[in-house]
Amino acid sequence: MRARARTLLFAAGAAGAAALFTAGALDLPHFGGAVHPYGDRAVHQALRESTTNTISSVNFDQRAFDTIGEELILMASAIGAVVLLRVVGKEAEDQGAAHRHGPAEVSDALRIVGYLLLPVTLLIGVYIIAHGAQSPGGGFQGGVILGTAVHLLYLAGDYPALQRLRPIPVFESTEALAAGVFVAMALAAAGAVPALNGAVGVEVGCALVLLIGKFFEQALLVREPPGGTS
Amino acid sequence: MSHLPYLAAGWIVIAGLYGVVTSRDLIHAVVCLSVTQSGTYVLLLAIGYRYGATAPVFSDRPPHGRPVTDPVVQAMTLTDIVVGATVTALLLALAVQVAKRRGTIDPDELRSLES
Amino acid sequence: MILQLTVAVPVLVAALLATAGRWLPRLAVDVAAVLAVAAVAALAALTLTRAPHHAQVSWLGGWGPATDVGIPLVADPFAAGLALITALLTLAALLFSWRFFTEIQAIFHTLMLLFLAAMVAYVYTGDLFDAFVFFELMSVVAFALTGYRSEEPSTVHGALNFGIIQSIGAYLTLAGIALVYARTGQLGLATAGRALAGTGGGHGDALVTAAFVLICTGYLVKASAVPFHFWLADAHAVAPTPVCVLFSGIMVPLGVYGIARTYWATFAGLVPLRAIAVLGAAAALLGAVMCVLQHHIKRLLAYSTISHVGLLLVGVAAHGPGALAGTAYYLAGHAGVKGALFLAAGALLNRHETVDEHELRGRGRGMPVTGATFLLGALGLAGLPPSGLFAGHAVTEHAAEELGWWWFTPLAVVASALTAGAVLRVWLGVFRGTPAEEDPARDGRDHGGQDHREGGHEDPETRPTLRTLPWTMVTPGLALLIAALLAGLIPGGPVGAAAAMFTDRDGYAGLVLDGRVPHPHSTPADPWTASGVAGFLVTVLLAALIAVYAVRRRASERTGGEGVLARAAAAAAGRLHALHSGHIGDYAAWLTAGVAVLALLTARF
Repeated sequence: MRARARTLLFAAGAAGAAALFTAGALDLPHFGGAVHPYGDRAVHQALRESTTNTISSVNFDQRAFDTIGEELILMASAIGAVVLLRVVGKEAEDQGAAHRHGPAEVSDALRIVGYLLLPVTLLIGVYIIAHGAQSPGGGFQGGVILGTAVHLLYLAGDYPALQRLRPIPVFESTEALAAGVFVAMALAAAGAVPALNGAVGVEVGCALVLLIGKFFEQALLVREPPGGTS
Repeated sequence: MSHLPYLAAGWIVIAGLYGVVTSRDLIHAVVCLSVTQSGTYVLLLAIGYRYGATAPVFSDRPPHGRPVTDPVVQAMTLTDIVVGATVTALLLALAVQVAKRRGTIDPDELRSLES
Repeated sequence: MILQLTVAVPVLVAALLATAGRWLPRLAVDVAAVLAVAAVAALAALTLTRAPHHAQVSWLGGWGPATDVGIPLVADPFAAGLALITALLTLAALLFSWRFFTEIQAIFHTLMLLFLAAMVAYVYTGDLFDAFVFFELMSVVAFALTGYRSEEPSTVHGALNFGIIQSIGAYLTLAGIALVYARTGQLGLATAGRALAGTGGGHGDALVTAAFVLICTGYLVKASAVPFHFWLADAHAVAPTPVCVLFSGIMVPLGVYGIARTYWATFAGLVPLRAIAVLGAAAALLGAVMCVLQHHIKRLLAYSTISHVGLLLVGVAAHGPGALAGTAYYLAGHAGVKGALFLAAGALLNRHETVDEHELRGRGRGMPVTGATFLLGALGLAGLPPSGLFAGHAVTEHAAEELGWWWFTPLAVVASALTAGAVLRVWLGVFRGTPAEEDPARDGRDHGGQDHREGGHEDPETRPTLRTLPWTMVTPGLALLIAALLAGLIPGGPVGAAAAMFTDRDGYAGLVLDGRVPHPHSTPADPWTASGVAGFLVTVLLAALIAVYAVRRRASERTGGEGVLARAAAAAAGRLHALHSGHIGDYAAWLTAGVAVLALLTARF
């Protein structure tokens, strides 16, 4: 299809879809209204279980099965990235490249900030996970902080140190293990919100490190022999 | 216009779709897909909003004070965000490989798969 | 508890394999995966035997109707049957791949187990948002499996198209679910259904229509209705063969299941289903025509899936227990036949390093079992009694007649004849034909590079290329084929009762919320009608004509000489090929247009 025909087809379709959605949305309850039956029930049940962060209660207790699915999606995509971004065929991993990206020419200020922030950020991540059942926070948010904290080392210009800090195979195994533990706990004892938060935090953190690590490898290390593109 | 937030969500979805349709770059297309998905976040959160309400967290206040916004849609949005982030990561990994194997990420230059 | 275990067993074994896979010997990985899948099959079979009499409902985490929050897992007989089919297909696929993909840890097995768990959870869940989550899990695993052999250029391209289109559909589904939530304050299929029925006054308003259309969009993308179908052939052509078995056999039909379940549990009577019928019929025809035009065998089978799943959609849209019983037979038969055909194609790929029909000409003579699979598979697609497809066709036809849908029988006959004819043509060419003289173009294939696929050469999935087929590659296909060819013998009484139960909205709500098994009045499905047998005979005759004509025409093409008609047909075929461009923008534009068509056909003005 030519670009013009494609745009016209889309315009027609989008007009129809927009009309459908607009007509439907006008039948919705007014924005900001006071009627939220499911929300009220969820708050009531969360307080009965004394989980003061009701969102955590919904995610890890009342609707824990959703979160099981979500954890498995995370695990599947981390594993998928390992498969998709592996070194294949004629490509080769350029071991020396790690050192070329090694202690790099970055300003001392950036280097010091990176090194200093690393432990602080890790601590904040753990805190966010640990308090997820009571106050804003939780396994996802804390896990993401943990996962990104490690990469402060890259900002500090020290790729070899980053590689030493996160051996990919260990993170792969830990990630899957955490997912398994989460599923087992959620099915056997949904409601143990703090423990479930912890398992999710570990999994999210590991999965993030794994995903970013794989992309780094592709960008920095994997080289194709000249003329070998296929 | 008390329905405007819902319509804004629909607009974001359509804008993302327009991006995918007219994209000349697969990375751009994947990001446009995320835009489409953001529309669903806005829709969910708009549905759960309540005027004069605060966050559904009771760690520092009594349970029967001010009303709170709907925690269920927020939990759904959180799930949706994680799903979206991981799907995006996977699709970007595929886009990286398309770039390597095909030497281009312009959909116009990728040959048809139909033999 | 059984329902939870059915999901938990494959998940936990998958997590174990992902954790320890790199240290475990290959045999242990294979055995663990196969045992896990066999356990799921046993649990699903157990559920199937109990479902008609005892409520198979499980609320997770101790929540339930009393608290009005929580997620139920529900297995009525159809759901349990689907879970069983899923497990059996996965078992066949895993056995077939016993010697596959030796290099990458246990990732293939992990992904297959997660895929199984996602499909089972999607089938069992009684919650709209939970269905979305597991629908997404199914999709994510499917993208990863499609792109598994990421060293092939077309593989990653097909997987990316698949991923983007499928995700757009899923997000629209989520938007529809959000609309239902805003209206009813419920996410359960049963509770939302009760609330909608209470407010709509018998007819859905614009919000109900919009919600149904948006939810259906994602499921129709999965079910590859026209014009949402473009991803399917791209993904099937490049995915590993055992994965194709699961895609065609069960993942795509699960889109149909999603529509049927959502409609009958939540939207029954509020919206018309004619849009589903129209898009399904279009898929049945377009898929069949595209199927005949292919010479890449996996792509050919993929288009035949589009066609047959289109017929499933029409069966669901026929909107009654009778047609649904027929659709269930059809689904079971199709899953087995298509699974066996894909495994046979995989055998050809691993033996001859290509699945191009022209290149394989006459080279299948040493593979009697594979050849027999293609012949019987073609007959099965045409509806050979007592196959599941025969029973499905006969039962659905009867129900469609009662609705006054005179067009159903011709549509089903033409679609089945074209797809069966295409498979029969493959059989004639590959297994009965004489080998073509060595094609000079093929000598240049080892230069690699961009021309890698031009000669149809593909890397085999096994290393080294197989001289003979091991029994692990032959038996699963045969077992699937035999099961499918006998599926029509499943007694009509229970199938009819299950269909009546499935289409009873209040019964479903009672099952989920009160734990009462409904026993609505049902008529047994009766596959053995005269018109059903006549339909098979006409179909098989047409299919044979198509196959023989195609083989003859190919012979005459080689000697030159082409009529006006043939040139016009070639031009039309070129147009159709060009439409399936592999361009992601085109696919997304078609998807948007499809939403508009769905809306037009569903809205009441």
